[in-house]
Amino acid sequence: MRLVSYKPQLTPWSSFDRLASLRDLFDSAFQLANQAPLFGPDRGWMPALDIYEDDDRITVRLEAAGMKKEDFDISLHDDNLTISGERKAENRDGESFRSERFFGKFSRTFTLPAQVKADKVKATYKDGVLTIDLPKADEAKPHKITVDVK
Amino acid sequence: MSEIVKRETAPVKRAERVETVSPVVDIHQNADGYVLEVEMPGVSKSGVEITFEDGKLTLTGHRTDIPTEDAVYRESSDADYRRVFDLDPTVDSSRIEASIDQGLLTVKLPKAEAARPRRIPVA
Repeated sequence: MRLVSYKPQLTPWSSFDRLASLRDLFDSAFQLANQAPLFGPDRGWMPALDIYEDDDRITVRLEAAGMKKEDFDISLHDDNLTISGERKAENRDGESFRSERFFGKFSRTFTLPAQVKADKVKATYKDGVLTIDLPKADEAKPHKITVDVK
Repeated sequence: MSEIVKRETAPVKRAERVETVSPVVDIHQNADGYVLEVEMPGVSKSGVEITFEDGKLTLTGHRTDIPTEDAVYRESSDADYRRVFDLDPTVDSSRIEASIDQGLLTVKLPKAEAARPRRIPVA
C-alpha cells in the first residue's frame, strides 16, 4: 500500500477505425501494457501485507517466504512504517522450467492507524511470515471514563 | 420457448469445492533430477502434505498460525495452498525428498538411475 493517491489512467477509447486492422488491435494492447506495468522492475515485488489492531497493539504481518531475517529492514517515521527487504536469487546450475518467484527488492510504506511506542516495537520472522508487534502509545489507547450519576 | 424458461428457473447447482490458492513455484533441473521451490508463507513443517498418486504429485500446505482477530487491512488469504504437478515418468518416486524452511518448500525429484545421463567408457 503505497501512499500515492489513486489516479486511474483515463485512456479514451480508441475509435473504431483505429481498430480496423488486426495490427492496430495488437498495438493498442501493447500500449496498455506499457502504460501500467503490473510486474517487472518498475513495480517490483509486493509481498502480501496484513494489519491487525486491538485496544493495546497493532500487529503487522508480511508474507515473504524464503528470506533471511537479516534481509529485512523496518523503520518507523512518525506514524509511517516502512518495511523493505531484498530476496536474493541463488545461483543455480541447470535448466530452468518455471520461474514464478520474485527476487529483488521490495518496499512497503503505510500509515499506522494509531500512535505506537517506537522503542517497544518487536519483529519476528517465522515460517516465511514477518510479524511486527507495535504496542500502542498510552494516549492512543481507549480510555474508560466513569461518571458518577447523582 | 418453454425450454428456455425451464432452464432459467432451474436451481443453479454449484459443485462443492474447497477453496485453495495456487502457490508460486520455480522448477529447475540439476544433475540428479528436478527441484521444485514452492512458496508457502505461513506453513510450518507439520502443515505440509505431499502425495504421489497416478503420476501426479500433489503439494498441499495448511497454514498453522492464522490470526483469529479481524484485520484492519488484509491482502493474504487463510486458504490452504494446493498445486498438482504431472511428474515426468523418469522420476524415481521412492526417492522424493522435501524440506520446508521459512515458508519455502523444496521438493527434490531425483531421476531414476536408468534415465540419468551417463558417460560410457570406450573399451
